Amino acid sequence: MTRLLRLYPQLLRTGFAEAVAYRAEFLIWMFSTNMPLVMLAIWAAAARSGPVGAYTQQGFAAYYLAALLVRLMTGAWVVWEMTMEIRQGTLALRLLRPLHPLVQWSADNIAAIPMRGIVAMPVIAILLYVARAELAHDWFSWLLLCPALLGAWLLYFLVQAIIGTMALRFESAASLFDAWLGFSNVLSGYLVPLDLFPGAIRRLALVLPFRFQLSFPVELMLGRWSRTEALELLAAQWAYLLLFMLATRVAWRSGLRHYAAYGG
Amino acid sequence: MMRALRVVRAQLRASIAIALQYRLEFAVEGGLALLWVGVTLFPLIVVFGNRPEVAGWTFPEMLVVLGWFVALKGVLEGTLSPSLMQVVEHVRKGTLDFVLLKPADAQLLVSLSKIEPWRLIDLAAAGAIFAIAFRRIGHSPGAPEVLLAAVLLCAATLVLYSIAILVVSVAFVAVRVDNLLYLFQSIFDVARWPSTIFRGLLSVLFTFVLPLALMTTYPALALLGKLTIGTAAGALLGTLLFAAVARAIWLASIRRYTSASS
Repeated sequence: MTRLLRLYPQLLRTGFAEAVAYRAEFLIWMFSTNMPLVMLAIWAAAARSGPVGAYTQQGFAAYYLAALLVRLMTGAWVVWEMTMEIRQGTLALRLLRPLHPLVQWSADNIAAIPMRGIVAMPVIAILLYVARAELAHDWFSWLLLCPALLGAWLLYFLVQAIIGTMALRFESAASLFDAWLGFSNVLSGYLVPLDLFPGAIRRLALVLPFRFQLSFPVELMLGRWSRTEALELLAAQWAYLLLFMLATRVAWRSGLRHYAAYGG
Repeated sequence: MMRALRVVRAQLRASIAIALQYRLEFAVEGGLALLWVGVTLFPLIVVFGNRPEVAGWTFPEMLVVLGWFVALKGVLEGTLSPSLMQVVEHVRKGTLDFVLLKPADAQLLVSLSKIEPWRLIDLAAAGAIFAIAFRRIGHSPGAPEVLLAAVLLCAATLVLYSIAILVVSVAFVAVRVDNLLYLFQSIFDVARWPSTIFRGLLSVLFTFVLPLALMTTYPALALLGKLTIGTAAGALLGTLLFAAVARAIWLASIRRYTSASS
């Protein structure tokens, strides 16, 4: 554990240097994240004649800008890295190192956060300018936002890790992640705020883990929850995380037993 | 001309034959395409659950726009993007030399080199969306409307293709930005809404600079019988101009190309 604590800062430094080296590509990936703005366009047009549910035009702007911010800050791409390394056989090299590959990958993903922050800066500025009145007034909400964002990222990372380990067993793991992404786009509130969902789908979305990946941090920013409610939701988020961590561990161990590196 | 058509046919046959080797992938990706059509429809259903019309568009009218969007997205992600991504790969590895050496037009050779035939499901889904939309409207479009829409669909595909060619031409200058095509794909997502929901600067941008209106809004209006002949003629003229510019830039970029190898 202490060894890991000593190693991790160094891993973060290397990861950051890598992100800087690929800055042009990195920026383009970030700019491709525009779905919240596309959705904002239709809702802003719909809310011109009066608020929809609890949302005015400004309310929608606040929701989608916050969603964009959460999405930009909690990105992970480990599933593509894993499927590629497994297919090309370079995973074998990683397994030889005295360090768990997932630790290395997590450092790579976290190290990109400063770069992500730079891209997210204009979004934050516009959010503060356009929809300041819609944001949470309670400092407690903002305090909880830190663990909630960390949880959201970890959830995304772990799901990718679990699906990535499935590439050890069969070929179309990347397609499986694509399917997961489809459900997550709807059920995490990325496309439409959860409270505008029709009844049955909303009840489903509220118990599934997807909401903790995006909707929950966004709602914290918008001050939707009282202190006790927010704490309860945070506990639920981390309970899911614990479950996903266990699943990752099991999936990784049993997957590796199936793994045969391509050599030559 | 005949020769060009023969090249296209041979290209198509080869790339379909390659894709059909992977039968499981065909089924899996086909299912995924359907899932994503559902994901595309969902926000629209929620919006119109709350509002009878948005910016002058009713639900079935908006469905027609979305139908064109689903169809064109299928064309973009099923043929144009995969093929042109290979060009970027060719440039990076220096293997574009082999394409340029072949005795046929390079643009023709690269444009259909990779096809994902399961995206045909997108076209089928678009057909289903049109059927639902016109059942709700209560009457089906007449022959002249369908004809005009078909012409505009060709124009839309041509514009889409030209933009993709333009994006790839950038790869000759700056090899590092090989994901520029993804950026365009994500901007294309805006075309799911009719261009008139935007106001001011954005509406000008999406009509004239990046003609998303031409790709989905105009064909939809044509099918609904609401497009004036003047706008249609302007759109066609604009398309031809756009295609000519894209072709010129492609030729200029090819001339600049210096192989990466040796």
